[in-house]
Amino acid sequence: MQRTFDPGVAGLKSAPLSVQTAEIVGAERQPIGEEPAIVVDRLTKRYGDVEAVRDVSFSVSVGETFGFLGPNGAGKSTMISMLCTLLRPTSGHARVAGADVVREQGKVRGRIGLVFQDPTVDEYLTAEENLRFHAQLYGVPAAVLAPRLKQILEMVELWDRRGDVVQNFSGGMRRRLEIARGLLHSPRVLFLDEPTVGLDPQTRAHIWTYIETLRRAEHITIFLTTHYMDEAEHCDRIAIIDKGEIVALGTPEALKEAVGQDRIEIGVPDPEGAIAALKARLGIDATMSEGMVAFYVDNGEEFVPRLFVESKLPIHSVRVARPTLDDVFMAYTGRTIRDAEASGTEQLHAMARRFGSRRS
Amino acid sequence: MTMTLPAVPTVREAGGSLASDLRGVRVVWRRELIRFSRDRTRMITSLIQPVLFLFILGTGLSSIARSTAGISFKTFMFPGIIGMTVLFTSVFSAMSIVWDREFGFLREMLVAPVKRWSIVLGKCFGGMTVATIQGVIFLCLAGTVGVPYSPVMLIELVGEMALMAFALTAFGVLIASRIQQMQSFQVVTQFFVMPMFFLSGAMFPLSGLPEWLTALTKIDPLTYAVDPLREAVFSHLNVSPVAQHALDPGVSWNGWRLPVPAELGIVAVMAALLLGAAMIAFSKTD
Repeated sequence: MQRTFDPGVAGLKSAPLSVQTAEIVGAERQPIGEEPAIVVDRLTKRYGDVEAVRDVSFSVSVGETFGFLGPNGAGKSTMISMLCTLLRPTSGHARVAGADVVREQGKVRGRIGLVFQDPTVDEYLTAEENLRFHAQLYGVPAAVLAPRLKQILEMVELWDRRGDVVQNFSGGMRRRLEIARGLLHSPRVLFLDEPTVGLDPQTRAHIWTYIETLRRAEHITIFLTTHYMDEAEHCDRIAIIDKGEIVALGTPEALKEAVGQDRIEIGVPDPEGAIAALKARLGIDATMSEGMVAFYVDNGEEFVPRLFVESKLPIHSVRVARPTLDDVFMAYTGRTIRDAEASGTEQLHAMARRFGSRRS
Repeated sequence: MTMTLPAVPTVREAGGSLASDLRGVRVVWRRELIRFSRDRTRMITSLIQPVLFLFILGTGLSSIARSTAGISFKTFMFPGIIGMTVLFTSVFSAMSIVWDREFGFLREMLVAPVKRWSIVLGKCFGGMTVATIQGVIFLCLAGTVGVPYSPVMLIELVGEMALMAFALTAFGVLIASRIQQMQSFQVVTQFFVMPMFFLSGAMFPLSGLPEWLTALTKIDPLTYAVDPLREAVFSHLNVSPVAQHALDPGVSWNGWRLPVPAELGIVAVMAALLLGAAMIAFSKTD
């Protein structure tokens, strides 16, 4: 799941593509240099007395996959709407792809792609018509459109269904089309609002593959929101958001490390003896747990080799359980994500969101 | 699952220019036409109402409407029902913007690098085209009520329908940009569309009405769109002066009967004002 940015990928991309890109770019494209893809500075959105987003600051580097993780109603959609110029912040500033989201709306819109939480593809149109209209809105030149269309539709495995009216598509197919549309105009920053909500696990895995493939090929920055803990692991960095505020921000690894230790369970013929041996040789307080000997260490995977050498125990099985992001959320907010979604504040926020979406 | 990508043509940002806004107009317009052409049920059901009015209500009322001086009541109603078809098609078409804003395509348009006004303009052209097509389909029935298929009359009618449809779609978009839910649509219909329809003279002649009603019909902008339709039809019929006076009295201001170009001018000015207002209102929706 963890990825480091591979400069080889960017190199690969620029070689065959540079000619075509250069032709299209024209005068409008300015290098954004070292400016981060997203810079958010003390952003606040208030609906009456409810602060859907309060005083949030962070930045996302170019090429990064950045996730907003939090329960429904935590302010994720409000944040994404502000960054996509659909909602005006109450206070604070944000720059996306080198342009201010309030003063340079047009520039921001031309440089981003947005995949909505609810489907917005047009049911009456075919898959291809949906994409063609999108291409026209974003000024994709006709010469580039045909190959681009084929490539994107093949990637999301809808090329064979391109002439079908979307009405006949399943939820997964619609979402794939939606993602294809968001990527069609090669945005610098792609926003995904709960990209896989309501989809089956297999489709979810597929969609992550598409996103990852395109992120690498086009070196785009991805900003996504999710309330699925496992999805957050696809991100380079995660901001955990609760009640409109960022409560933690870091790589999934760092966040998990901050939360606590890994749990190691070993299977041994003589548990009593093993517990004593662990105490004596490694200074570890182990306990019995469902027939296994369990204990906690800081870095489980690195500890296992030491365990074998130093404990000198006849171990027949080992299990290392790392803390999950669920544990992380729990550690920072004192609640599980489920509890947070069920709580009363959520309803207030949800109301605020609805109020917001009506105006958007 | 692994994937390899062939050389992808990438596209980088366009938008912000007038050309891109005009492309936006075209996208909205063409989408409206595609949706209309695919939605056969809508096309057929929206013809049911005018057909019912013309043949059922028209025939039913013929028996008591004796003062038509030799002209069939259905013939009299025909231009009015063209107006009705255009009115309802245009306003409904514009109202779909409310639905689209909540659930569909419009959300994607709102985040695209095109100006909001281009969405409004595209929508008005779309509503105009759809309503005019709907009106033309209805025009095919002319022969059944004794209206001749005169080319000049048909051209006049199509032009007048298009102008009227544009103005009414702009009106619909203006309303739609101020209302938030589909439910409000019923209210709008009851408060604006029905009174406008009834006062326009589409269903009864504007002659010999009580003064208060005459005053109201003159306030109704739709009156100035329906009257040219009736003039176009009546000028191609063989009518006695008596019937002409009773059924096609025209609209008079202080005894001056407005010529058709003046009426169309009023509609055009209304269309421009409504379009401007709709553009402003729609751009303000955050």
